[in-house]
Amino acid sequence: MKRTVVALMEDRPGVLNRVVNVLRRRSFNIDSLTVGHTDQSGISRMTIVVEGNDEVIEQVVKQLYKIIDVLKVSDVSEEQVVARELALIKVAASSATRSEIMQIVDVYRAKIVDVAAEALMIEVTGPEEKIDSLLSLLRGFGIKEMVRTGRVALVRGVGSTRAPDEEPGDGRARLAPRAIRQPVGP
Amino acid sequence: MAITTPRARLSEKASVVHPRLSGSHILCECLRREGVDLIFGYPGGAVLPLYHTLMEYPIRHVLVRHEQGAAFAASGYARATGKVGVCLATSGPGATNMVTGIADAMMDSVPLVAITGQVSSPMIGKDAFQEIDTTGITLPITKHNYLVERPEDLPGIIREAFYIASHGRPGPVLIDVPKDVQQDDGDFVWPDQVRVAGFRPTTHGNVRQIRQAAELISQSKRPLIVAGHGIIISKAYAELLAFAEKAQIPVVTTLHGVSAFPESHELSFGLLGMHGAAYANKAVCECDLLIAIGMRFDDRVTGKIAGFAPKAKIVHVDIDPAEIGKNVKVTVPIVGDCKNVLTGLIREVKVDRHEEWVAAVNDWRNEMPMTSIRDTEHFLPQHVIRDIYEATGGQALIVSDVGQHQMWAAQIYWYDKPNSFFSSGGLGAMGYALPASMGVKMGRPDEIVWAVIGDGGFQVTMQELGTIVQDNIGVKIAIVNNGFLGMVRQWQQFFYDRRYAASTISAPDFVKLGDAYGIPTVRVTNREESLPAIRRAMETDGPYIVEFVVEEEENVYPMIPPGGALSDIILDQAR
Repeated sequence: MKRTVVALMEDRPGVLNRVVNVLRRRSFNIDSLTVGHTDQSGISRMTIVVEGNDEVIEQVVKQLYKIIDVLKVSDVSEEQVVARELALIKVAASSATRSEIMQIVDVYRAKIVDVAAEALMIEVTGPEEKIDSLLSLLRGFGIKEMVRTGRVALVRGVGSTRAPDEEPGDGRARLAPRAIRQPVGP
Repeated sequence: MAITTPRARLSEKASVVHPRLSGSHILCECLRREGVDLIFGYPGGAVLPLYHTLMEYPIRHVLVRHEQGAAFAASGYARATGKVGVCLATSGPGATNMVTGIADAMMDSVPLVAITGQVSSPMIGKDAFQEIDTTGITLPITKHNYLVERPEDLPGIIREAFYIASHGRPGPVLIDVPKDVQQDDGDFVWPDQVRVAGFRPTTHGNVRQIRQAAELISQSKRPLIVAGHGIIISKAYAELLAFAEKAQIPVVTTLHGVSAFPESHELSFGLLGMHGAAYANKAVCECDLLIAIGMRFDDRVTGKIAGFAPKAKIVHVDIDPAEIGKNVKVTVPIVGDCKNVLTGLIREVKVDRHEEWVAAVNDWRNEMPMTSIRDTEHFLPQHVIRDIYEATGGQALIVSDVGQHQMWAAQIYWYDKPNSFFSSGGLGAMGYALPASMGVKMGRPDEIVWAVIGDGGFQVTMQELGTIVQDNIGVKIAIVNNGFLGMVRQWQQFFYDRRYAASTISAPDFVKLGDAYGIPTVRVTNREESLPAIRRAMETDGPYIVEFVVEEEENVYPMIPPGGALSDIILDQAR
């Protein structure tokens, strides 16, 4: 069963490495992983899609919490979420097939972001199922190259997954936040 | 010897910013403020500035012979005293040599701060001389680690490092300090307090959960306490005793729980697990409520999980929430410090007796005593342990290496004194005992410390005899010499067709070796000589080695075979 786990962490050199290391070392089955900044300064948000049952996910959450830089971990699989993914797809397109492709793009409310002699680049956002569905149609034309970001998700409604706010300059033994150094990768 | 140079007294207030100091000075000052008065280490190029400055401080440095020894010694010191152990090494090979000791501290939850030098910051990542990715390598074996970028960061890092190492579930923290950071100047600001946003261990058990557990205890007819390392870390000896006595519940311990509960107490039923007492394992199989306190259901304790405590509900008390539910299903989880939770349990649980159940476990003990010493003329390794027990009145601190002798040290010696048994459990690293015993002795100098080591394990770290001599550390060393890697040989006998592949090991003449180091050493080859030699060792000041040449192919019983459940116990040899 695919479950979505959101982790908030301090923006420290090596924090991504730590998280991925724990996921690898505990043999968790990772489907996708994406990370980026949040509105809270010095805090990054990671969205992980992981395969597993209740026991597995409970361990994922608990093991991630053991990482000192990780502030909050939530399993949002059961919540009402808006989940989105972005894909860029370079599809082969001749003069004969171009208009058909463009019609499909319209139906999916996707966009054409690059036009070349024998190819079109399509940008699409939406739930994974929508992207999977578009891909299966485009495959017939020949996909030259593509990239997907992996799922990001926010819980609907008023509640939010946020790191506890800390005031700077209250005598903590903290280091100044630093930019993420490591690239994202499994 | 410390070279005292007059220095301005540095104010402890955070508001006062001092004139700029070098990174080395800042680091040493921070260590002093954290109460560090002992470091085990080994110098090298990348830590020369630090060592230069360290001489000005009232911090004793013990030079080891291998950085693995530094980490084990710091670990032994930490376990014996409850303080954070500190070890220091240079970059590259110094750091990699410490890895085993750091991993051991991680597995056994020992508070350790390991400081390593690193090449200068511009050289990092360029495969410089003696450069290695220390923080990368130690990532999975530390609670946290740091690569220091500026001298100003040091006070914050050191305060955090000591806090993280010693709070919640203790563990090792590594601080990698590049040479230029040691040399550059920075403002020294000592932080008032430590608060690590992502690290807030829960120490007080949830009252509702504690009540639930008390309810289960009152309903249970055959409750059993399994006490582990957490009791010792938490210093909850009195609370465990009071709890067990109030509700009259039998107590068994894990390997690291040995010396958490007085073994001569009527409710003590010894060690459980792979080489635990048959009656302890039977109690686990028959109990209807298992109260696990400060232990983590390691596979050496549980055997096959499916067969573990099949009739019991489980209450699990541990400070690390990730351990709860990791290996076994738990009925009532209680996250918290053992001492706090036990205090709550004592309050909630009612006075009770379980006469039938306690009598049953006692019956099993009579039927299946710990038959570790068979009746023979030969000189057995088990006799050595028994003799050390007799000569010390059970009051010594026993530091055991890894292998058969380790199991016998846990089984045969009766530990009544709290926190008196030290060994490498989770990692099971041979070579642990000699350096660790140095740390134990330096932490508790007025007590007798016996390092019990096999001939194999002794050869892994025997160079630390040099440290023992140079710093005059008065440990008594028992080398149990059977000419084999005993535990390996036992497994090869039981499970690998008796093919003794690479398990016969030669040794130097240990008496000559001891002489070469200037340590009084005697060899004992029969039972009659054993006790007198042990007594003479303890009457002589300073380090002393007794080599015991024992029966070659002795086996540790009982044994749960790998993959077996606790009920699959092999009681004794079928010769």
